[in-house]
Amino acid sequence: MIFDEQILARLSNGLVYSAIAVYALAMLAYAAETAGRMAGARVEAAGVAGARVAGTGTAVTDAPSRIRLLGAVGTSLTVLAFLLNLGGVITRGLAAGRVPWGNMYEFVLVCALAAGAAYLAFLSRRPVRAFGVWIVAIVLLALGLAVTVLYAPAGELVPVLDSYWLVIHVAAAITGGGVFTVGAVATALFLVRHRQERRGTAQAPRGRYAASLPSTRTLEQVAHTAHIFAFPIWTFAVMAGAIWAENAWGRYWGWDPKETWAFITWVFYAAHLHAQATAGWRGVRASWFALAGYAAFLFNFFGVNLWISGLHSYAGV
Amino acid sequence: MTDVETKATEAAPAGRAQAPPSWGWLRWAWRNLTSMRTAVVLLALLGLAAIPGSVFPQRNVASDPAAVQQYVLEHPRLAPWLDRLGMFDVYASPWFAAIYVLLLVSMTGCVLPRSRRLWQSARSAPPPAPRNLTRLEGHHTWETTQEPAEVIATAAAHLNRRRFRVATAGHEVRAERGYLREVGNLAFHLSLLVLLVGIAAGKLIGFEGRVAVTEGGTFANDLSQYDAFSPSAWTDVDDLEPLSFRLEEFDVSYQTSGPNLGQPSQFAARLAYRAGGGEEQTVTVEPNRPLDINETKFFLTGNGYAPIVTVRDGRGKAVFTGPVQFLPLDTSYASDGVIKAPDAQPTQLAFEGFLLPTADVGPQGPYSTFPDTLNPQLFLTAYTGDLGFADGVPQSVFTLDKDELTQVRRNGQPFSQALSVGETMRLPGGQGSLTFDGVSRFANFQIAYDPGKEITLVAAVVLLVGLTASLAIRRRRLWLRVRPAEGGGCLVEVASYSLTRRESPPDEIQDLVAALHGPDHPSVTAGKDASE
Repeated sequence: MIFDEQILARLSNGLVYSAIAVYALAMLAYAAETAGRMAGARVEAAGVAGARVAGTGTAVTDAPSRIRLLGAVGTSLTVLAFLLNLGGVITRGLAAGRVPWGNMYEFVLVCALAAGAAYLAFLSRRPVRAFGVWIVAIVLLALGLAVTVLYAPAGELVPVLDSYWLVIHVAAAITGGGVFTVGAVATALFLVRHRQERRGTAQAPRGRYAASLPSTRTLEQVAHTAHIFAFPIWTFAVMAGAIWAENAWGRYWGWDPKETWAFITWVFYAAHLHAQATAGWRGVRASWFALAGYAAFLFNFFGVNLWISGLHSYAGV
Repeated sequence: MTDVETKATEAAPAGRAQAPPSWGWLRWAWRNLTSMRTAVVLLALLGLAAIPGSVFPQRNVASDPAAVQQYVLEHPRLAPWLDRLGMFDVYASPWFAAIYVLLLVSMTGCVLPRSRRLWQSARSAPPPAPRNLTRLEGHHTWETTQEPAEVIATAAAHLNRRRFRVATAGHEVRAERGYLREVGNLAFHLSLLVLLVGIAAGKLIGFEGRVAVTEGGTFANDLSQYDAFSPSAWTDVDDLEPLSFRLEEFDVSYQTSGPNLGQPSQFAARLAYRAGGGEEQTVTVEPNRPLDINETKFFLTGNGYAPIVTVRDGRGKAVFTGPVQFLPLDTSYASDGVIKAPDAQPTQLAFEGFLLPTADVGPQGPYSTFPDTLNPQLFLTAYTGDLGFADGVPQSVFTLDKDELTQVRRNGQPFSQALSVGETMRLPGGQGSLTFDGVSRFANFQIAYDPGKEITLVAAVVLLVGLTASLAIRRRRLWLRVRPAEGGGCLVEVASYSLTRRESPPDEIQDLVAALHGPDHPSVTAGKDASE
């Protein structure tokens, strides 16, 4: 080993803290951009000259290009923070001498990475910068929780986790979770935007925010793409988990709380996909199923690990 | 999926005067049950119904067999009601079964007619173009000097190369692609039924069992040797896989430094086994590496300490000698257990207490600082009287039935003693003694036989492939129409239509236009931009 493991572990922590700092800056930039777009939406809605809104602190003269600049700064910072997060994950893996997703702390680290990657991947294809502030907020919250509540020092795994199925099963769950996060943000924003479009108000602050979002059509498409991409991955994660369970405990399905909530997540997302193909349920009603699926995913990670004991309890807090 | 929507709207008119009313009602019920709306509701219900099973302890869930009894003790009022509602056995409860059976019936009722329609549409040519193509995706129109037949031939050849199903009729080319989406969708849904067959096979023929074997101890695969055995309805208990093994050694190593001090880094059970009438072989069973003998698998799922003791009775005669399994209480392997000597005279003897593998004394009393046996100590109290074996009621080896037992006292206090290896505890009044000879280990094995799991695995693979295909593949139609123009050449029109929620791939139509040397490249590119 060229580097000392302790040094690598400390380097990893440093990179994660740096990622948090840069994500915080990215969130500020995105939030400022959002405020700018809202002001723009108000101008549009009210149909008044820019000068009247100047008092809000956002320079409205030449606003579009400044707002775009703020968004670009936010995205650049997000890319930088993502790279720092990636560095943190890689050094953590080198320090521990194994894949860096063996406990809750590492799982959150990699899940944040996956969510960031999914967002940036969508951003390169679709006009989804309005998601930025939310994705970054979620990632920031996750990383904050990871370093404060869930932190565990780098080290070996307990023997029961010593299996290549750890690599496969957990990696699939993380990827699915990251993409589901983008899907959930798109779905929630779709609901907000849909309400505003139906009422046609862009006056109240919330309406103004909604009016600044991409169209419901775009939001729905992004959500749909995210969900149909993540759903098979999640299905695979559940199956890989079942195969591993068979190999470790002699049964592939035992209604362990972790398995149960993975099943609930799967069923809610399946209900969402079916609802999207049902007359009268498409759109708003179907969206609630997707959000329920995401809530089940979150509960499976935080709730089940922290409050419910089961065979997955070794995951380490 | 659109078929289902129409199905819902054309709900059958209720039984007319002459038709037997029950038939109309039945048809109405069937249509509703197999509608997508019902499927969505049932899916949501299934998800919700699964929740209580993760909140309340479950009878047939592996993690802690005693959890339900514990819960009943802690909630004496609530527990009987929960039990009546099936909350301690959610996944085998009638209401849970009702939901998934209805869901499967609904699904099958929806999927079988769709299979028939897919079969029909796969055998018939792509449908004719709608009269108005301008409203469809990627509509292009242009004039060309080519003859209509030439345009049609080129387009058909191009689309054939792109693996469309192509039909030409008059001045029209009709093409369709992505049938595999529907095939995948059907494969996904039908594989769920196969999956259930696999699960049922395991539940009907397989079995699960548990046994704890001390180092040097043996196990033969016979019903009488199991600590716990859960057969299925059709398990042939007289025909278990012929196998016997001896636990030669159980190796454990713990991290002795670093942040995870005391965390186990290796468990390994070395077995000498004989399968069928074969030679004796050795194998090492570790977590994730079970011993597999013709589908009967032996998993290492736990371990603990078994203090080796010698018990002498009031006559000085050794009435018990050997290892006794103690149950680990926590990650430091502080373990508790009981030692019974029913052959002791003049009174039977029993000991109760705990073992600390690395004993230390803190402000709250003795505790274990490390899971390995660096300084093992046995803390015991003693009982005399009747162990209750005469009743013939089977009793746990880990607990004492104290009804007929008296705790041994000295100076009015319960008599207890801490023993290091080699030390002896002598009961007051010469009632007997116990010598702590050493510490052995035992290993827990989970034994499982599930003949249905291969079926389940195959179904799961089909499920995943079908699901991915049904979500990733876009089924779409593409049409080309030519109208001969006056004075040679013709007017060409192309457009596509997606049968799924996502749009058709935009470059598909661009490529067709380009292949026909249609709108010169600038406009093709412009069309591309517009479709973004």
